Amino acid sequence: MSIVIFVLLRLAPGNIVDILFATGGYVSEADKAAIMKELGIDRPIWVQYLDWLRSLATGDLGKSYRYDLPAWQVIRPLIPVTVELAVLSTIIAVLLGVPTGVVSAVRQDTALDYALRVFSLAGLSMPSFWLGMVIILGMVAWLGWIPPVTYVPAHENLTIHAVQFLLPALAVGYRSSALITRITRSAMLEVLREDYVRTAWAKGQRAAAVIWRHALKNAMLPVVTVIGIEFAFLIGGLVVTETVFNLPGVARFLVQAILWRDYPIVQNLVMFIAIVVVLSNLVVDLLYGWLDPRVRYGD
Amino acid sequence: MATRPVAADTGLELVTAAPRPGAGAWAGLRRFCRRKPLGAAGGLLMVVMALTAIFAEALATHDPIATDAANTLARPDAEHWLGSDHLGRDIYSRIVHGTRVSLVVGVLSTLLGSVLGGIVGLLSGYLGGKTDLLSQRVLDILQGLPLLVLALVMAAALGPSVPNVIVAISIPIIPRAARVIRSSVLSIREMPYIEAARALGVGHARIAFRHILPNTMGPFIVLCTAQLGSAILVEAALSFLGLGIPEPYPSWGRMLSVSAAEYAQKAPHLVLFPGIAISLAVFASNLLGDALRDTLDPRLRGR
Repeated sequence: MSIVIFVLLRLAPGNIVDILFATGGYVSEADKAAIMKELGIDRPIWVQYLDWLRSLATGDLGKSYRYDLPAWQVIRPLIPVTVELAVLSTIIAVLLGVPTGVVSAVRQDTALDYALRVFSLAGLSMPSFWLGMVIILGMVAWLGWIPPVTYVPAHENLTIHAVQFLLPALAVGYRSSALITRITRSAMLEVLREDYVRTAWAKGQRAAAVIWRHALKNAMLPVVTVIGIEFAFLIGGLVVTETVFNLPGVARFLVQAILWRDYPIVQNLVMFIAIVVVLSNLVVDLLYGWLDPRVRYGD
Repeated sequence: MATRPVAADTGLELVTAAPRPGAGAWAGLRRFCRRKPLGAAGGLLMVVMALTAIFAEALATHDPIATDAANTLARPDAEHWLGSDHLGRDIYSRIVHGTRVSLVVGVLSTLLGSVLGGIVGLLSGYLGGKTDLLSQRVLDILQGLPLLVLALVMAAALGPSVPNVIVAISIPIIPRAARVIRSSVLSIREMPYIEAARALGVGHARIAFRHILPNTMGPFIVLCTAQLGSAILVEAALSFLGLGIPEPYPSWGRMLSVSAAEYAQKAPHLVLFPGIAISLAVFASNLLGDALRDTLDPRLRGR
């Protein structure tokens, strides 16, 4: 995994420089040359890369071109917004996805199963940002109330803050829940056929205990994997959702930074996202050992 | 795991019977429809969409890019079936033409990504060793970023044009395709008939492309249908953000973009209909993809 991060570092700056050169035509040639010299992007890519790597090693993330502020100062206030949104979405996705998947597996091939599967497939098919727009439209149409379009921090007005986050979290969470439902369903189907589950039924245990305690616990392994992957990849889904709901998070800022060619910011944000992905993979790996004692590390 | 006779009653004929003349393919198709009604519905919807894309000119009632200042934000009525947008362009005609853009971009980027990924997967699975190690690490990096983020960076790097968007969307598909093909190559490589071919002195290239490649077609088709949905979604998101299909092409994602959001309260149809079109297209390809996976993936058979 450390190799992965290292090569990612190498890959990201190259791409960003390409962006800058591909669309640099918005200033006059002389100005452009001057700006490029000032920002140090007139030098060969590998010099910039080494430079970037050197400053990164000393904890310097570079400066935002647009704000003329250290990148970290610009990025830091954005992180809690995205993390809050991602955690909320994941919670909604799990609360919605796991029970649906279990019910769908237990009632396999009934009308209920088909309905739940179509429901979850629909979630997978709708762009979450569109769903978000529709939710807002619905609120306007039926409640005659629209959540304020500017971001309200939690300490100013908790209710509005909660609504501002719950709506996008619902839209994104519904989509993620679809994947969780599908994995839960197929894992449960497999586990429900195991001998020990039949034993539990034969002992005359209550259905709830057999399904939710015996079976679900052993079906959780693949489900946890998907939850981990989803958590990391939520950030991708949040890119557009944060834009639609006008929430000042990392994902929305990434889009803006890309549009402005503010590439120290893009570089750092892409790195940040990659680190989140790697970290959540690590957490999933560690959870394996805890969930299933048969999985052992260190051999 | 439930096992059944492989060739007898599965939809495998759908693929293997394709080269055989006449009846076999139809019987396979009929069987598929009977066993997987949802998948068949998805397939039918895909066919309808493909026809819409091909005959867009005949189906559209208006010129999709003609503006009409006198008739902006019109509600759906007899003249504009699904209303008109802030420039007076007919939504219905734009959605019909948007089908062409979305399907072409979706299908081509899926194919490009899957074929490139498939070649990488075939080589890395067949050759193994250093080639495998190196390509796996490179793919790890590509997979370390969410699909949309990678496509976003690529689209911005390449600039907005239809071919560039296709390339940008295909790149995140490469590692996913390579994974799938590699793992199926790894298991096929150990089969006795490959050993037999090798014993006969058949060359590596011939073994890889003639003996192994055709047997990865099942997973490959499943992969393509599964990725098609997400390719369409990514295209919609990119276009929505203004990094995808440029004007004046009518693209579903573009129709939803900020300008539509501004007028959303006055004219909800601006938001509703293009989104429904996107969802339907993705839903159809997901339904078909699921059914194909169940039919073609032997491990899932009997579920």
